[in-house]
Amino acid sequence: MARKPAPAAETRADTLSNVSRDELLQYYRDMLLIRRFEEKAGQLYGMGLIGGFCHLYIGQEAVVVGLEAATKEGDKRITSYRDHGHMLACGMSARGVMAELTGREGGYSKGKGGSMHMFSREKHFYGGHGIVAAQVPLGAGLAFADKYLGNDNVTFAYFGDGAANQGQVYETYNMAVLWDLPVIFVIENNQYAMGTSMKRSTRSTTLFGRGEAFGIPGEQVDGMDVLAVKAAGEKAVAHCRAGKGPYILEVMTYRYRGHSMSDPAKYRTREEVQKMRDERDAIEHVRELLLQGKHASEDDLKAIDKDIKDIVNDSAEFAKESPEPALEELWTDIYAEDLPQGSAEEVA
Amino acid sequence: MATEILMPALSPTMEEGTLAKWLKKEGDAVKSGDIIAEIETDKATMEFEAVDEGILGKILVSEGSQGVKVNTPIAVLVEEGESADDVKAEAPAQAAPAEAKAEAPAASAVEQVKTPEPDRSPDWPEGTKMKTMTVREALREAMAEEMERDETVFLMGEEVGEYQGAYKISQGLLDKFGPRRVVDTPISEIGFAGIGTGAALAGLRPIVEFMTFNFAMQAMDHIINSAAKTLYMSGGQMGCPIVFRGPNGAAARVAAQHSQDYAAWYASVPGLKVVMPYSAADAKGLMKQAIRDPNPVIFLENEILYGRSFEVPDLEDFTIPFGKARIARSGKDVTIISFGIGMAHSLEAADKLAQEGIEAEVIDLRTLRPIDYATIIDSVKKTNRVVTVEEGFPVGSIGNHLSAYIMENAFDYLDAPVINCTGKDVPMPYAANLEKHALITPSEVVDAVKKVTYR
Repeated sequence: MARKPAPAAETRADTLSNVSRDELLQYYRDMLLIRRFEEKAGQLYGMGLIGGFCHLYIGQEAVVVGLEAATKEGDKRITSYRDHGHMLACGMSARGVMAELTGREGGYSKGKGGSMHMFSREKHFYGGHGIVAAQVPLGAGLAFADKYLGNDNVTFAYFGDGAANQGQVYETYNMAVLWDLPVIFVIENNQYAMGTSMKRSTRSTTLFGRGEAFGIPGEQVDGMDVLAVKAAGEKAVAHCRAGKGPYILEVMTYRYRGHSMSDPAKYRTREEVQKMRDERDAIEHVRELLLQGKHASEDDLKAIDKDIKDIVNDSAEFAKESPEPALEELWTDIYAEDLPQGSAEEVA
Repeated sequence: MATEILMPALSPTMEEGTLAKWLKKEGDAVKSGDIIAEIETDKATMEFEAVDEGILGKILVSEGSQGVKVNTPIAVLVEEGESADDVKAEAPAQAAPAEAKAEAPAASAVEQVKTPEPDRSPDWPEGTKMKTMTVREALREAMAEEMERDETVFLMGEEVGEYQGAYKISQGLLDKFGPRRVVDTPISEIGFAGIGTGAALAGLRPIVEFMTFNFAMQAMDHIINSAAKTLYMSGGQMGCPIVFRGPNGAAARVAAQHSQDYAAWYASVPGLKVVMPYSAADAKGLMKQAIRDPNPVIFLENEILYGRSFEVPDLEDFTIPFGKARIARSGKDVTIISFGIGMAHSLEAADKLAQEGIEAEVIDLRTLRPIDYATIIDSVKKTNRVVTVEEGFPVGSIGNHLSAYIMENAFDYLDAPVINCTGKDVPMPYAANLEKHALITPSEVVDAVKKVTYR
């Protein structure tokens, strides 16, 4: 497949020199897992096994995989309802995520949260939030806790170009910089807020630039290039860990599927989507780097493909076979009796 | 191996649809991601993409077919060299599990864990030395003691630090604990309510002060959607130990936007605990309990009560448990149930009634979630008559809920309909005479009691 040179071609060259074969293979695996997982989720939705809203991450894989490559243990992440990719990228199990999608006992929230509301204290994944932009102040709050406790953890607060027009984002920017909170605001700019394009929703289309008004540095990143994302992530993380306060990454990306499963996507042309798939696909990009650099053979990659397919099929089987939650679960988890494990009281 | 392509569900509510158009014909090669058909759902016309690769061997449902049920095989995908006719239709893929059987998990929508006997243990040991203090001082002392006790407790809000608190509740706390733990915020209610909630999810114990609860409406999304629901949505993983506190209800002459009692609003939300104290002792003991509680707690104070003095136990540490009402006055003729400033009106009414020979039992609920139903029912069985008193609006009031509960659980003990005394069903007016009329008064409580006692 012919690839057009990307706008940020220089970044690509720069970053390529200091990436190892193992890292490239890992990114390939991680991105492919998200894509195959999401395709399977779409299929299970079509079969009626997944209900409600289901927002697929297909096309945006390089964003979370690149940024996760810049994290260390203890770093936190929080995002919106388009969250399956974030969960898989931070190491949550495909089985647990898929079983939550099918609303089963084996899901991360025991079937009580669904696609949009999943969490893992173990992986420091704080959701999974269904209200657009609510995760932005929540993410700053996670960072507030780390600063309060005096550690050097960083929080990644992901939101979309749609959420960027919510007022609470700017209240949060103001306080995050006022208090030097170690939070990276990651704007996943996939160019459409549901069916409304950037052009139809704002005159201020350089989203990272809105941080300037508050004194928050930031930059735009090619979100279809996992290496560029990782490099930008490392820069942002270094800024935050050094106690210099928040940083904004506007990651330019694209979702191939509709906003949710029930989106007929009449607001953009089929050609536009196909062009992105053909020319800018993040997984194809790494695949070519691996093959051209002779880091891997077609057979090596086929073996990975098969491996991923097995993981995804296994997760789907698990998600079908896991029982529905017991009816008693209706009445549990409304109130906590004690502080949950890993809380600050124990950490402090 | 041949695979069946099934009619997909393409919206949360779709059960069947119209196969509007085939975009591939039999014999066409199909790649993953190719659009093979257009399907009309209950909402829109959707493009249907192939998931698997192969050759469209046979179309089973022709275009234009209406009412095609989800999961019906609509085509067969074959591999190179395979014929669709060789394919014995496999059993349709397992559909969604049958809907949960309609066995009701509980008799009522409200989970009723009834205490068979009300808890009448004293709140502090008999003979405890008492000291006089205002509600304001009691709240301040409670926060200071808990901040001393637990390093993860901090206070944030508008003017809580350098200004010493808009209502002076946090006076002196900045000097005592420093700016790390007494955090002045900009005027950004949704923002700092969200930041506080995030800090609580990460394990800190924030006390978020709203200058008044009227401004918390801007932060309502975080209080309800982020703080109250996350433990449930995370299957019990994400506790949110946070206190949202501030003055609630009418102050004096500040009109509609600054005078509203939110008790019934918050009390309707599962996942929240809701406290509304009247006395200084309760304000202190309940505040300390609220800060220690591992759940989001709404702590509704009252500006008019801040300056009132009460006897408070002179103890190094005491808390008052949630869900334990206080019988502020014993009586046999009627039960008056109230909370917060409604208690002031209720007690005044009880005094007047006593002069006329009517002995009212006055119950201070203290917490509205959980509610001490046992104490209420116990009292109703004794007096057979009930009046509820609150400042909030009449529709969907706490009194409405209590009336329903009493009717369901103690109908045979009632000798009169329950009367709900509430604020009037109007936005709070500014004019002094109108405002007085809009609020609940002791004489209205007296009248209601006379009605239910047929005097």
